[in-house]
Amino acid sequence: MENTPILRVENVSKSYNGKAVLKSVSLELNAGQHKVLIGPSGGGKSTLLHCMNYLVTPDSGRIQLDGREVNAHSRKELYAFRQQVGMIFQEFNLFDHLTALDNVAIALRKVKGQSRKEAETRAMAELERVGLADRARHYPAELSGGQKQRVSIARALAMDPKVMLLDEPTSALDPELTGEVVSVIRALARSGMTMAMATHQMEFARALADEILFMQGGEIIERGSPAELLAPGAATRTADFCRRLAEMGGD
Amino acid sequence: METLDFLFGRVMPALNEGVVVSIQLIVPSALLGVFFGIVIGTLRVYGTFGLDTAANAYAALFRGTPLVVQLLFLYYGLPNIGIYLEPYGAAVIGFALCSAAYHSEYIRGGLLATRRGQLLASQALGFSTWQSMLSIIVPQAVRRALPGCGNEIIYLIKYSSLAYIVTCMELTGQGKMIATQTFRFSEVFLAVGAYYLLIVTVATFLLRKLEDRLRIPGFGHA
Amino acid sequence: MQHTLDVLIEAVPFLVGGVGTTLLIVIGGMLLGLVLGVPLAVGQVYGNAVTRRAAGLYVWFFRGIPILVLLFLFYYGLFHLIGLNLGAVAAAILVLGMTSAAYQSQIFRGSILSLSQGQFRAASALGMSNAQAIATIILPQALRLSLPGWSNEYSIMLKDSALVFVLGATEIMARTHFVASREYQHMPLYITAALLYFLLTWAGVRSLRTFERKVAIRGYGRT
Ligand SMILES: Nc1ncnc2c1ncn2[C@@H]1O[C@H](COP(=O)(O)OP(=O)(O)O)[C@@H](O)[C@H]1O
Ligand SMILES: [Mg+2]
Repeated sequence: MENTPILRVENVSKSYNGKAVLKSVSLELNAGQHKVLIGPSGGGKSTLLHCMNYLVTPDSGRIQLDGREVNAHSRKELYAFRQQVGMIFQEFNLFDHLTALDNVAIALRKVKGQSRKEAETRAMAELERVGLADRARHYPAELSGGQKQRVSIARALAMDPKVMLLDEPTSALDPELTGEVVSVIRALARSGMTMAMATHQMEFARALADEILFMQGGEIIERGSPAELLAPGAATRTADFCRRLAEMGGD
Repeated sequence: METLDFLFGRVMPALNEGVVVSIQLIVPSALLGVFFGIVIGTLRVYGTFGLDTAANAYAALFRGTPLVVQLLFLYYGLPNIGIYLEPYGAAVIGFALCSAAYHSEYIRGGLLATRRGQLLASQALGFSTWQSMLSIIVPQAVRRALPGCGNEIIYLIKYSSLAYIVTCMELTGQGKMIATQTFRFSEVFLAVGAYYLLIVTVATFLLRKLEDRLRIPGFGHA
Repeated sequence: MQHTLDVLIEAVPFLVGGVGTTLLIVIGGMLLGLVLGVPLAVGQVYGNAVTRRAAGLYVWFFRGIPILVLLFLFYYGLFHLIGLNLGAVAAAILVLGMTSAAYQSQIFRGSILSLSQGQFRAASALGMSNAQAIATIILPQALRLSLPGWSNEYSIMLKDSALVFVLGATEIMARTHFVASREYQHMPLYITAALLYFLLTWAGVRSLRTFERKVAIRGYGRT
């Protein structure tokens, strides 16, 4: 039992209009593990993460949560699966017509069937956890990018997910706002949450990752610990990619 | 069988006669409407000496009151002050005046969306105000206004049915006459509806073709 | 002149008495259009090939035929055919409502499509069913964005309601026509009716704008 991964992706493939975007990708996330996807834009990171939440249905391959395969044809199973897999989007996707509090509470009420009071209490606790209790009554348009992303993290956490998927959570933010989001994610990692995250922030990746997966052309072409892949002078694609990111003035 | 005989023998000949009148109503009204619409729309944006106010009031008046009231006013109201219009004349004048008000709204929008820089640039090249209007501003504004104006022409096609109310025997009038004589409202008005659907569908297709022909790459998507 | 004034003094209350019927027809028609228009829009955006096609056909039919023809077709024809014997006002509400549904569905459809796909995705990611996502996330936003279009639709329907006099409903227009013909005072009476419609357009558009402000969300809207 110990060794069943929480989320297991096996030979997942996906193409759009005949163009292969994911080519038989496999990976496993064990309890408490943090894996980071890096690689050039268009490499398939977002598509992979979306498949892992069944927001995009793979053409072939298997996805198992806690050792159970999801039957993608059963809507009920699909909805139940997604509840247990939290998703953070690059562009936040807060519900624009709802306050921060309602953004967090809405799925608790509609999906989990909690009472309004129950849901709001929980939502408030999650907002506190990301340091936004004082912004509960604000609408998305009244929040900064960093605050929006923290609300979206609170929204995902409120569903008690077994695993969190984060798709470039800081890429849409002004540089001075990434810090607040990074520290929330770090705290989440320390608390033992299982995570898979795509990012271009190498420092962040290095500090967080148990394993780095380098994706390009729809394949994972390198994988290993940060120490292996990013050792000084390492002749890996990952190290090469990072040097080029650094040259372009990245962090 | 009997229904078919009725449709082909009785209904269609009458409706064919009616559709000719309808088209005779629609085409001049549409042309006059677009023309006056451009004039009024331009006055609303660039008019001076109170002409802009007058043009705005005109548009508000005709857009704020029902077309039936306007038609009845022209046909039954004007005789009160000694002006008598034929049904056909009253209908065409009413349609043209009313749809000019709606067209002016789209022309106005198109003009306002055409950036001020365009006027400055043409004046910098030595165009007179009139020249810049005619060769630079209006061609852009008309393209921007085209979808809205096209829509308005579709509306005009349908509202041309109101000519029946001022006793002009077009498509709807012919239909009403046969239906009343034979008490077969469903068949007759389904047939009338089919005629309008045909005209509207063809007109929509032609207007889309026109839009495609006038399309300039990258223009209007900003 | 004196006669005209006398006629008007007597006629104005009579015409104003038709405002209730006119508003009943317009409000009833708008609400029916809303109730039918929302599923039509949802069917066009989220439906399968069959619902898309069916909704598209409905819209094509009601947008391609003049109101006047639809009024005659349903009131004297189809409603009788299916054994529905309605008064002129009820029939008018049904016909204007069904027609408005076609137009309203296009307004709602545009609003739904203007929302970012991320809204639906985020709802799905939380485990919401498609129906829940549409009901709690998409429609509350789309309907707010539709309010300006809805206000436009109101002023169109108000004007269309003036056609209902051909069925004999005693709304503003029918009353106007009646007095005008009896007294042979068409011009002053049509001007009065025009004013009345003008006022109703203005009042309705204003109330809808107030409503729009009331349900507005801080910082949210078309930018
Ligand atoms: N819905 C879609 N339709 C067509 N092509 C898509 C779609 N989503 C992604 N792609 C393509 O798949 C490739 C991988 O995209 P993505 O997963 O977003 O990469 P990354 O997140 O690594 O930048 C890109 O070439 C992109 O254009
Ligand atoms: Mg991506």
